[in-house]
Amino acid sequence: MTKASAKTAKLTLGPLLFNWSNDKRRDMYFRVADETDIDTVVLGEVVCSKRTPFQTPLWPEVIDRLTAAGKEVVFSTQALILSSREMSAMRDLVSDETLYFEANDIAVDDMLKGRRHMIGPMMNVYNEGTLATLAANGADRICVPVELSGAATGVLAASGIMEVEAFVFGRMPLAIAARCYHARAHNLAKDTCKYVCNLDADGMTVDTLDGKPFLAVNGTQTMSYTVANLAAEIPALLEMGVSRFRISPHDVDIVHIANLFRGVITGTTDPAELLNETDGLIDGAPNSNGFFYDVEGLKYKTAE
Amino acid sequence: MTRVVRDPSRPVATLELVCPAGTPAALRTAVDAGAHTVYCGFRDETNARNFPGLNFNRQELKDGVAYAHDHGADVLVAINTFPAAGNLDPWHRAIDDAAEMGADAAILADIGLVEYALKTHKTLRRHLSVQAAASTPEGVNFYAREFGIHRVVLPRVLTLPEIKELNRHTEVETEVFVFGGLCVMAEGRCSLSSYVTGKSPNKNGVCSPASHTEYTEHGSGLDSKLGGFTINRFAEGEPAGYPTLCKGRFSANDKLSYLFEEPTSLNLLTMLPEVADAGVTALKIEGRQRGKAYVEKVVKAFRAAVDALERGETLDAAAIADLTEGGRETAGAYKKAWH
Repeated sequence: MTKASAKTAKLTLGPLLFNWSNDKRRDMYFRVADETDIDTVVLGEVVCSKRTPFQTPLWPEVIDRLTAAGKEVVFSTQALILSSREMSAMRDLVSDETLYFEANDIAVDDMLKGRRHMIGPMMNVYNEGTLATLAANGADRICVPVELSGAATGVLAASGIMEVEAFVFGRMPLAIAARCYHARAHNLAKDTCKYVCNLDADGMTVDTLDGKPFLAVNGTQTMSYTVANLAAEIPALLEMGVSRFRISPHDVDIVHIANLFRGVITGTTDPAELLNETDGLIDGAPNSNGFFYDVEGLKYKTAE
Repeated sequence: MTRVVRDPSRPVATLELVCPAGTPAALRTAVDAGAHTVYCGFRDETNARNFPGLNFNRQELKDGVAYAHDHGADVLVAINTFPAAGNLDPWHRAIDDAAEMGADAAILADIGLVEYALKTHKTLRRHLSVQAAASTPEGVNFYAREFGIHRVVLPRVLTLPEIKELNRHTEVETEVFVFGGLCVMAEGRCSLSSYVTGKSPNKNGVCSPASHTEYTEHGSGLDSKLGGFTINRFAEGEPAGYPTLCKGRFSANDKLSYLFEEPTSLNLLTMLPEVADAGVTALKIEGRQRGKAYVEKVVKAFRAAVDALERGETLDAAAIADLTEGGRETAGAYKKAWH
């Protein structure tokens, strides 16, 4: 694959990782449909199966609205599947042949064998060998893991095996567990969690003993405290052949953020302006881009 | 599925005890202490315990395999990090060399690498590393069908009933951790270490590396830090624990606690009958970074327990007490209450 065109590069809104009310979700997706030139919207619940039943009634109208606005809809799937009940739910979900799915677990990828689908950032794809194996299974697009360096991303894009998307904005999903840390922080068990993860629209900040912000918890998922922002690296990513850019939903003016990213892609917005807008925007958290440079993910490194 | 053993005349244990061999000396110690099988790795980024002073060069592995085989033990070689894009050679070479040196199996995590092993060294047994995060029968059966894996090491996120259920739906042998360090996140799906230190289990074979730790005085006590972040605080005279990232005390929702997990270690010694009943093939002891004395003590205790179980006897209470003395231990996710 050669250099990607800034004109045809696509902007993706990733799956909402947090537990928002349906009203809040609906408002975001309708605004995205009406007010942005985001190309692709990823729906679905990635983190916790207990949240899914609440969302199910919402999806048909959201899919209709986004499709009517000319957006491509991708449906994502659970990152850590632990029970046969959760597995059955995944099987039911992907039985809908009309949808294009994102797999975040090898079992779901296998269910999609022989069908066009994409690989989500929670699957371990670090090299072209694994990418080729997944392509043979039917995958034709990947959003690479947040931990992957720019150089490694470039190798995957240059392989031409499938379309490559980079995670360019939002708190980074760093780990997933069987245990719910949101519940634990509220002295609750996962089974009787009272859905306390809905109290933190951008995740619950975790501080060190000496009061330094460290991580963010989102139910069973542990995320970065910092907010990934690869605005300054977008020209380099385009040069490598990365043709898609994913922004992860947050409780901010996401329409505004998306429009700024589009400006950076097309060259009409200075990355510095976008970085300035997002610095401290989410719970006071700073921007970070360390993983791109293969250093600590929490760091922000200025491109040389 | 029949277990492919190196020597068909050698009896197969009811429960196979898989023991850590961080160094050639630890390998011999583990074998002498009664390990049915030992696991080790090459001295580079191809294995998930890439610590200074650990692991094997090629000659050491060759000698280690010879020693183990002479004493009736198997050797598994962990090649369980994820190859770097554009630089697959070191990982391919590790598999080639493990096969060439007579290893009994390779422990692999990367999908592309499992496929390489299948295509290049068909007769080398393929074990799926815990780092591959195959936590469901469907996931395990995918690797079995596509790449003929013989065994899977299960993530420490499953309960015993879940493991039993999984074993009902797969022909693949299962291996579970029974002693040592406890990952609280799904293994192989955790970038916390690289977020804080730039070094990760998946890419570099390290978690919370010693190179990024420091201990600083705080009043009369001590703070343990990783990458500049305080992970835990110890009062004067209290032994300071290693600052493993997810085992510290943090503040969330205005409450200070061991949010992710207490600094405990896993011990299923007293639960072995239930583990056997769940249908597992092999028991894994964590700790390639541990010294010979530790390896000897733990391997002996578990071998005695496995043998007792096989004879239908109950465990010796003294042996249990000896092994658990002083430490804080847990059955982790194996018991549902942990969640």
